[in-house]
Amino acid sequence: MDELLKLLKQNALETPKNLARMLNTTEDAVKVKIADYERTGIIRGYQAIVNTDQLDVKLVRAVIEIKVTPEREGGFNRIAERISKFPEVESVYLMSGTYDLLAIVTGRDLQEVAFFVSEKLATIAGIVSTGTHFMLKTYKNNGVLMEAEKTDERLKVSP
Amino acid sequence: MSGSKSHPKQQRSPGDFIAEHLLDIPRSGIRDFFEIVSTRKDVISLGIGEPDFVTPWHVREQAMFALERGATTYTSNRGLIELRRAISTYVGKAFGVDYNPETEILITVGVSEALDLAIRAITNPGDEIMYHEPCFVSYAPEIRFAHGVPVAVNTRREDGFRLTRAMLEQKVTSRTKALLLNFPTNPTGATLTQADVEEISAFAKAHDLLVITDEIYSELTYDGGRASIAAVPGMKERTIFLHGFSKGWAMTGFRLGYACSPPELSEAMMKIHQYIMMCAPIVSQKAALEALKTQDDTEDMRLSYEKRRNFLCAALNEMGIPCHVPQGAFYVFPYIGDYGLTSKDFALRLLDEENVACVPGSAFGACGEGFLRCCYATDIKEIKEACLRMARFVKRLKS
Repeated sequence: MDELLKLLKQNALETPKNLARMLNTTEDAVKVKIADYERTGIIRGYQAIVNTDQLDVKLVRAVIEIKVTPEREGGFNRIAERISKFPEVESVYLMSGTYDLLAIVTGRDLQEVAFFVSEKLATIAGIVSTGTHFMLKTYKNNGVLMEAEKTDERLKVSP
Repeated sequence: MSGSKSHPKQQRSPGDFIAEHLLDIPRSGIRDFFEIVSTRKDVISLGIGEPDFVTPWHVREQAMFALERGATTYTSNRGLIELRRAISTYVGKAFGVDYNPETEILITVGVSEALDLAIRAITNPGDEIMYHEPCFVSYAPEIRFAHGVPVAVNTRREDGFRLTRAMLEQKVTSRTKALLLNFPTNPTGATLTQADVEEISAFAKAHDLLVITDEIYSELTYDGGRASIAAVPGMKERTIFLHGFSKGWAMTGFRLGYACSPPELSEAMMKIHQYIMMCAPIVSQKAALEALKTQDDTEDMRLSYEKRRNFLCAALNEMGIPCHVPQGAFYVFPYIGDYGLTSKDFALRLLDEENVACVPGSAFGACGEGFLRCCYATDIKEIKEACLRMARFVKRLKS
């Protein structure tokens, strides 16, 4: 992966000036490249990584395993795209193994997610079965630890 | 009592028992500075000479597995043969020089031990050993522990702290036995080109010298390849190649290094090693074997250091502290001589006024005066904050 993308994935708020210093290039060159990534859709957006466990909001998240009958000419794509359209669905992946699609779904409580799965997902033609796993606690998200602080146990000065 | 032969002479105090040659050797300037820094809170330190990465997980996991399996014994003096074979393969590929794992590779407790073995194995009292300054703090003291005579060769900012034959020719004498190299260099980050190592090789051959080359930072080179003197034709026979896992694999605490050299020299070092150390810790050896299975972690770390180097050099130059862009290790060595302060005073005031710790260049030899060593193996957030504070500091100095 391009080094600029790696840096933005670590910290999307990094200033073009600092990015230019790190990559030994000019601020303008960085700006042009970022604009290009945005235009071509390689960069699809910028988001904060939030530890929702710390928030006083009602939010549950579940991983749904979905078995699908693939369609002639469409494969899994048509169903996956259809599932992706629901705002309750955060992410959808095509998987190898014992099930076909994996969806991450959010809702205000267990009932809401359960209702969504039984009423909206399971009823889609072509979906054979679903398996729902509720997430209980987040330890690490997008490469970021949610609770443990990184400690530096090195000596303050060493040869 | 009857039977006692004579009154004892005046009793010695504890300090009187200390060997004379030790008394002349000063404490490391780094240790002095450490003691000042460690009294302060919330210091941002650019003074730490080790990676900020934790050892890659697969290596730590392998060490734990080894412990679970009961790897708690001595190993052969030379080290695990499978590790020596892996090192032989790695050094062959990465440096282009082949060593026999049975007779030419010795696993040690860090490069520190390997360096001590190499120097002790070759030094007769009074032998001169040349080394380049500014340099790692241990070289001159280790030579003196072995009753050798350390001869410093000054390198200069104008040359990017490279070492040239002309510099060496000025200091070589009939008593010179060896030349000690450390490229990439701690503290300057200097590296050598292929042409440089060939020139130094010609010098070593012309004066019939042994070369000890400490290449602990060699995985951390930027903007180009690495050139090892051991790989120059005809040099393997007169070179002790030292390397280890501390820097490139972020394994400082494992204390694992190795020495590669012709069988006679390897055997001589082995003689000392077997009596003083027996062997390197087995868990560290097992971990090192795992570490050599992939270069991916090392490369990821190198790329991360490179960006931080670029940032730090750019920021220092922008704030008016001239800083050449070093090609290796994880240090920059900016020039602060124009501010009318010694490097020690500069570092102390920077610490006092802005709580940023950098090591004064003079800790690395007299010709390091006028410079600071800033290590960029620290979180980029800290480097950014340190640069803001340093910019504020030098602005005050200028006004």
